[in-house]
Amino acid sequence: MKQGNKNYIRKNAPVKPVRHDVRQTKTAGGNFIDKLHAYRDLHAHALFSSLGRLVASPFTSIMTIAVLAIAISLASGFYILVVNLQQLTGSLETSNQISLFLRDDVSDSHANKLADSIRQNPDVQSVKLITREQGLAEFQTYSGFGAAINALENNPLPIVIQVLPKNSLEDKQGLESLLKNFQQSPEVDLAQVDLQWIERLQSILEVARLFAILLNLMLGLAVLFVIGNTVRLELHTRRDEVAIAKLVGATNSFILRPFLYSGFWIGFISGVSAWFIVNVLMLILRQPVEKLSGLYDGSFHLLFLSFTDTLALIFVSSVLGVISSWFVVIYQLRQLKPE
Amino acid sequence: MLKFDNVTKRYPETGDVLRNISFHLRHAEMAFLAGHSGAGKSTLLKLIATMERCSRGQILLDGQDLSHAKEKQLPFIRRKMGIIYQDYKLLQDRTVFDNVALPLVIAGYGHHEITRRVRAALDKVSLSGKEKKYPFALSGGEQQRVGIARAVVNKPPIIIADEPTGNLDPELSAEIMFLFGQFQQVGVTVLIASHDISLITQLNHRVLKLDHGQLISS
Ligand SMILES: Nc1ncnc2c1ncn2[C@@H]1O[C@H](COP(=O)(O)OP(=O)(O)OP(=O)(O)O)[C@@H](O)[C@H]1O
Ligand SMILES: [Mg+2]
Repeated sequence: MKQGNKNYIRKNAPVKPVRHDVRQTKTAGGNFIDKLHAYRDLHAHALFSSLGRLVASPFTSIMTIAVLAIAISLASGFYILVVNLQQLTGSLETSNQISLFLRDDVSDSHANKLADSIRQNPDVQSVKLITREQGLAEFQTYSGFGAAINALENNPLPIVIQVLPKNSLEDKQGLESLLKNFQQSPEVDLAQVDLQWIERLQSILEVARLFAILLNLMLGLAVLFVIGNTVRLELHTRRDEVAIAKLVGATNSFILRPFLYSGFWIGFISGVSAWFIVNVLMLILRQPVEKLSGLYDGSFHLLFLSFTDTLALIFVSSVLGVISSWFVVIYQLRQLKPE
Repeated sequence: MLKFDNVTKRYPETGDVLRNISFHLRHAEMAFLAGHSGAGKSTLLKLIATMERCSRGQILLDGQDLSHAKEKQLPFIRRKMGIIYQDYKLLQDRTVFDNVALPLVIAGYGHHEITRRVRAALDKVSLSGKEKKYPFALSGGEQQRVGIARAVVNKPPIIIADEPTGNLDPELSAEIMFLFGQFQQVGVTVLIASHDISLITQLNHRVLKLDHGQLISS
């Protein structure tokens, strides 16, 4: 063991003593406020530098975000479709209306008398008579077969009495006995509750709703994988930086931070783009839908994504971005050995 | 300060690269790690830098057991040492300032403190005025000095360097060795791996000599 000969150092002595902190720990470096500011600066820097990196490679970013935006808009588009269909059946639900189709040989005056007698029924709220002529006129305006019907020699439509039962008659049994009652009167050819097809439609909608949930889950997974892969590629291009940062004492959370922000930005921008796509599609659909609605009772209006829906859409896509980059980076850091 | 106690490092492919290494480097001591190519110098430094774990034995740095430290503690252990690499390991797309500032940013120092310390460190390695340059625009010697500035900016109690003068001319090598001497002078422990025998003998410091993974003189 050799000691000494530090002459060359002594000759050039003016070096300030280093105050080196042997017990340097996690809390090293400045006072508390300083550290707080430094921490805030780190986050702000990560937030903007990760956005800057997205902008720096616009082609890749746009491709990724386009794929994600389409996937997310598909999911939310299907969701809004189901919401609209539910609104439609929701408005129909209140009319558990019964239609009585009368025999051909029943005259108008007879039908009027029948309608009056039904009106006396305590279980009935209102009654509306549609004569053959009224029925034909309605059919001509709405069906688009006007000319063809003019060519018919006689009116093929029956007289219809629309009966709206009292609201108290919500249970099925009461409705059923009322229906049986009508069915037995000799003038009635066919008595039909409109509710039946609504029930069928509703169960179809229930299936559609379930399908929408499954579709959203699948597309959510797709979003996870796409963002995960993007962040993995970014990690790969920056692996030298990560390795060096680890060598000079970076914790996993320090390394993770900019990637979480990248994931956030990708998710956030895709969510906002998806919102735009859905709204543009809905604006295109609005006119024809309103026209269609006008042909019926006009009570249906196209529902757009609500404010809460919009927030949820953007929140979920941002969170998916953060989650997937978290998983990818943590997994990759396990693989990565510093050198 | 740094204590090796019967340390053995075994790679599954190559067998025992280091065998029963024991030595003790005291506080503010400067030593060279010498030996032929493949003797195990880099491996020994990697054990100190916690880039590799030893297979047997114990390494104590400042009383802390490196060989059994938890994964979570490693970043904080690494902040206590300044490591200088033969290939500099600089971020090519960052300025000199950002490269040197990295350990401070990681340790959570405030903006003013970072600026002050980076300036001081760059001043020490005579690189003032090159803060805004990128590493590729610097000579090998300048890049090496950026690496040294980064290693000392955090004021670590120990500096380890792997072939810091490997591809520098004798004049630059002497300059850099002088710098290490200055750090030792102010109380920093310094361990330098080198196969530059002439430089080592010229400086007359303690020499740890490795031969095929064994310490033959210390
Ligand atoms: N990751 C590894 N896996 C397997 N064997 C390794 C690994 N790293 C080094 N070795 C082996 O360990 C031995 C010592 O290598 P090391 O890099 O420590 O030598 P060195 O003394 O630094 O040599 P040089 O002066 O050429 O840099 C070599 O025989 C090498 O093959
Ligand atoms: Mg080596």
